[in-house]
Amino acid sequence: MRTDTPRQWSERARAWGLLLPALLWTAAFFLAPLVIMGLYSLWRRSGARLVTDFSLNNYQAFFAKGFLVESLVNSIEVTLIVTLVSVLLAYPLATILAERVPPRWQRLALVLAILPFWTSYVVRSYSWLLVLSEGGILSNFLLDLGLTAEPVSFANNRGATVVGFVHFFVMLLTLTIYANLKQLSPSYRKAAADLGAGPLRTFWHVTLPLTLPGIMVGAFLTFVLCIGDYITPQILGGNKELLLPQAIMLQIARRSDFPMASALAMILMAVVSLVYLACARWLKIDRV
Amino acid sequence: MTSRNRGITRRRGLLLGAAVAAASLSVSATASATEELNALVWCDHTDPALIAPFEEANDVRVNLKEYEGTGSALAIVEQSQPGDWDVFVIDGVDVPRVVEAGLLAELPADQLPLADTFEQVKMTDVTHVDGKMYAIMEKFGYNVISYDKSKVDPADMRDLTMLWSDKYKGRIAVYDYYIPLMDLVALKMGMKPSDITADKLPAMKEELFKLKDNAAMVGEVVSSTTALATGEADILLGGGEWAVAVMQAENPDLDWVLPDQGGILWAQSLAVFKDSKKKDLAVKFVQYIMSPEGQARLATSSCFWGMPANKKAGAVLTAEQKTALRWDEQEGFLAKSYRYFIPDADLDAAMLDVWSEFLQH
Repeated sequence: MRTDTPRQWSERARAWGLLLPALLWTAAFFLAPLVIMGLYSLWRRSGARLVTDFSLNNYQAFFAKGFLVESLVNSIEVTLIVTLVSVLLAYPLATILAERVPPRWQRLALVLAILPFWTSYVVRSYSWLLVLSEGGILSNFLLDLGLTAEPVSFANNRGATVVGFVHFFVMLLTLTIYANLKQLSPSYRKAAADLGAGPLRTFWHVTLPLTLPGIMVGAFLTFVLCIGDYITPQILGGNKELLLPQAIMLQIARRSDFPMASALAMILMAVVSLVYLACARWLKIDRV
Repeated sequence: MTSRNRGITRRRGLLLGAAVAAASLSVSATASATEELNALVWCDHTDPALIAPFEEANDVRVNLKEYEGTGSALAIVEQSQPGDWDVFVIDGVDVPRVVEAGLLAELPADQLPLADTFEQVKMTDVTHVDGKMYAIMEKFGYNVISYDKSKVDPADMRDLTMLWSDKYKGRIAVYDYYIPLMDLVALKMGMKPSDITADKLPAMKEELFKLKDNAAMVGEVVSSTTALATGEADILLGGGEWAVAVMQAENPDLDWVLPDQGGILWAQSLAVFKDSKKKDLAVKFVQYIMSPEGQARLATSSCFWGMPANKKAGAVLTAEQKTALRWDEQEGFLAKSYRYFIPDADLDAAMLDVWSEFLQH
């Protein structure tokens, strides 16, 4: 039978000691709330009372009510659009920052890029409302150019929600892709050029695959933050459609139905977990 | 650095020092208050013009926690220790369920100006349980129609059915609160809000879908009033004095009216937590808010305006303030108003489902 030497025991104790704060943090602020939310989702509300009998009624109600399923579908659609548009805008921006901006200006450029993060999320959303609404900056600009005869509204629809989200997430994705591009040795592209590949082919076969981890990490973060967001669709979407976080808030703010809200939140979390597993499996993200 | 610059810098330094000293004094005056009172409130109570006189008169610091929606407030209370909260500003319709949950203390009815309250606003059936008073209505108003009179015909706004016609298609914002809005739909359909039953919901859903087809947006307080202020919408269904009075100084074209079919009366109430360790001080706060001076300040709070429940506040309000509140028309408005319909739990859930379908439509 193998026994640990005092030195091995000490190293193991030190490793656990270092891990312990992170484990406690995760247990207190992730696992415990998750378990509580899971329990709530199996209970039900009756009048002002919480009935702690276990059942799947809330989950059955979700699948039985078409508007709730539709709200999940809407959330997934909006999130996919936001993620795709953000990637398409962030990649060129990150490339310009990493490869075109002189190194001494890159830090300033990065600060400018993340400036939107410094303002309140709610204020930023209301600012977009003032830009996109009828009589807003965009409408007046088009009127001044003579492109429209009447004031036009771009607010209170899915497009406005996407604009509000993209403004935020482009910067997030730019940072992850920029970090990836900076780590990329120029030798790869030089080697591709030496072997006769043009810029487009080099990008498609060398640069893009090597920066895919940065894209996927940023895209996953975008997906997670976007699909669970309530503020932006609530302010900019004008309730033209219902997204799942809005349906959750309706249950909490209007009826204090925490069990139903918890069940909806668990479903949202299941979707996010599935997306994470797909990303991890496809990209072998644990090895990135 | 030149002497001129130094002089400016010194002056700035002195001014800055004086400002810091003044700020410190102001902070220390509040910080040195002998007692603290913790209040869960709506945003109209956070106006310093309302709270500061009470703090100064009683040498107390009032810590205000603003919330939206009774559900959020109850979640805050649930996550707090008993005794953390002293005063509760709560939607009038929600008083019974909060009393049922055992959260509120009995109020001394003989020490509060219930007799001076507008008769229709007393709502003792809501605030009293088994003859004991648990809350007092402090402010009220209407969920009716707010509009920009430079863009719509004010005469049309007296008829709810006009909002379902093509005349104002795409020009309507709808306030996102299912109870008063479904009550208004009931009025449009010729019913009283209390006539709403589960079997009426399919017909109400059809009406809501037609309304959605005419709506530019559906939004909570800030979004829907912003829509009216920016011109995104010309009409706000569910609005009232609370939505436009505070903006009338900047845009006198904003107005509100109670339609001929009637309006929905909202009322917010004031209560004291059962577990409060400072009940006497909390009751004193309630008495201050219910005094004519406190009522006038609350009615014209910088967050939103509303009618004071205490009629005697009329002696304190200015003529302009009373005009914006349509003070002289209150008796007629109150006579044509219906209180928020309070459905039972099952009907409430069914109504929220219909409202969710309306949002999804």
